[in-house]
Amino acid sequence: MKLSREEVKHLALLVRLGINEEETERFREQLSNILENFQILQQVDTTDVPPTAHAIALENVLREDEPGSSLPVVDVLANAPSQEEGYFMVRAVLE
Amino acid sequence: MDLCQSTIHQAAELLRRREVSSVELTRAVLDRIEKVDSRVRAFVTITEDMALEQAKEADRRISDGTAALLTGIPAAIKDNMCTRGIRTTCSSRMLENFVPPYDATVVERLHAAGMVMVGKTNMDEFAMGSSNEHSAFFPTYNPWDLSRVPGGSSGGSAVSVATDATIYAIGSDTGGSIRQPAGFCSVVGLKPTYGRVSRYGLVAFASSLDQIGPLTKDVTDCALVMNVIAGHDSRDSTSLPYPVPDYTESLVPDLKGVRLGVPKEYFVEGMQPEVAQAIRSATVVLEELGATVDWDVSLPHTRYGLAAYYIIAPSEASANLARYDGVKYGFSVKEAENMWDAMEKTKGNGFGPEVKRRIMLGTYALSAGYYDAYYLKALRVRTLIRREFEEALKTVDALVTPTSPTVPFKIGEKLDDPIQMYLSDVCTLPINIAGVPGISVPAGFADGLPIGMQIIGRPLGEEVLLRVAYAYEQATDWHKRKPPL
Repeated sequence: MKLSREEVKHLALLVRLGINEEETERFREQLSNILENFQILQQVDTTDVPPTAHAIALENVLREDEPGSSLPVVDVLANAPSQEEGYFMVRAVLE
Repeated sequence: MDLCQSTIHQAAELLRRREVSSVELTRAVLDRIEKVDSRVRAFVTITEDMALEQAKEADRRISDGTAALLTGIPAAIKDNMCTRGIRTTCSSRMLENFVPPYDATVVERLHAAGMVMVGKTNMDEFAMGSSNEHSAFFPTYNPWDLSRVPGGSSGGSAVSVATDATIYAIGSDTGGSIRQPAGFCSVVGLKPTYGRVSRYGLVAFASSLDQIGPLTKDVTDCALVMNVIAGHDSRDSTSLPYPVPDYTESLVPDLKGVRLGVPKEYFVEGMQPEVAQAIRSATVVLEELGATVDWDVSLPHTRYGLAAYYIIAPSEASANLARYDGVKYGFSVKEAENMWDAMEKTKGNGFGPEVKRRIMLGTYALSAGYYDAYYLKALRVRTLIRREFEEALKTVDALVTPTSPTVPFKIGEKLDDPIQMYLSDVCTLPINIAGVPGISVPAGFADGLPIGMQIIGRPLGEEVLLRVAYAYEQATDWHKRKPPL
């Protein structure tokens, strides 16, 4: 399971994670090694075995739709890197 | 005995009898933090002024008769649980200055019970790690040997309890993050059944595995904290809607009629002989207390647990951590060419190496072409592991294993070798995969370094775990030893 530098860069792009050249090489090596180890899973016969997403599964969790109070806008915006007139400021998406 | 060495039940008795005030108790704990924390670095934030205010309020409640059992007792909270007005960093640059506008449900419940919060504890960044070396700020040191790790990711919480820098602490456990550091520091740590304790306000790492639980000086304290934090919460749709028993009723000092099993697969290759020996000796004690011990229990898929876990947890993490885009809160790089560049720089500079590694690993397992072979395969193996626990726990009431394959390792020893680091969770992570509860209790020492015993039960089987843990504790002295600080 050997990853190429291009594959590593592609993964980083998928999640918009900035990594430098040195990290690219380190992750290429480490992820290749980890995935190599994980090949062990292919030995397990999982024919007709359904996947488990939650070990203690609850289904159809319902509650009354009651109006409640929200957090004050000023409190929520207190952590915003940039804000204006009660809104989060974002960079232009389309330029 | 110094006041800070008290357990919850001892301190509560002193407060109830008015022999000490909460302010005096809190002062004793804060003095202890002052004395030891520069050496062990358990805390990211110490909330001294707030703690003393809460202690005064607690003393008022005690004098007017409205106190609960935990009222006025100092506690430390892992820094991945939201505390209103107190920064919650996850030991990450990403959240270094994040001040939550609300309390996690666990924190809210503890406040209602009269908690005095002395601080927020250090951890591996975003709870990803087994040694606390992945904190973006500084590592935490094991009080039994300062050249060794305290375990992780709730290392700060475990060390604060072990060094009497708090009376009890709260941690979170995704693959062993309460139990492994509890074992490494010789304290009691419980990971409840998935859904038993609300995750609302816990910064998400791997949502189908994360669970909050107590780290305490003894098993009685564990039951007392569970009585407060367990229970349904409508703000967490995965929280279980079942009634909460009084866990202190499980604290009986004998094990007559209790059937225990020791799964052979947990004595893994590379396990330190002293650890295996300590657990064998512990089973003799358990038998003397009246339990039967079955040595033929087998969980053959155990060997696939590590790979399944390190696909499932990073996959969920890669989705959960996508929210740190520098827009709503947290670290944000403004010097960038455009929106995408800003996002890449924010994540690239805000996350540390282990978090990046797991995001990359999870993204790989979820990406087109690999989803079936990795993620879906891991979820199918998860089913097999879960079923195996179900089967085994039909013939026995609880399973007994080592908490970790070794005693605490040296700082730096595994830092550059992710696989070796991941292996330190090999005995604890199958329990999260299956969603069942597990507790670690002090079970001996090898050359002065702690060994933990893990007890595993059925879903909502916390009472059996507490009973076994309590009886063992009453018959042994391991939990009374204090680190040489």
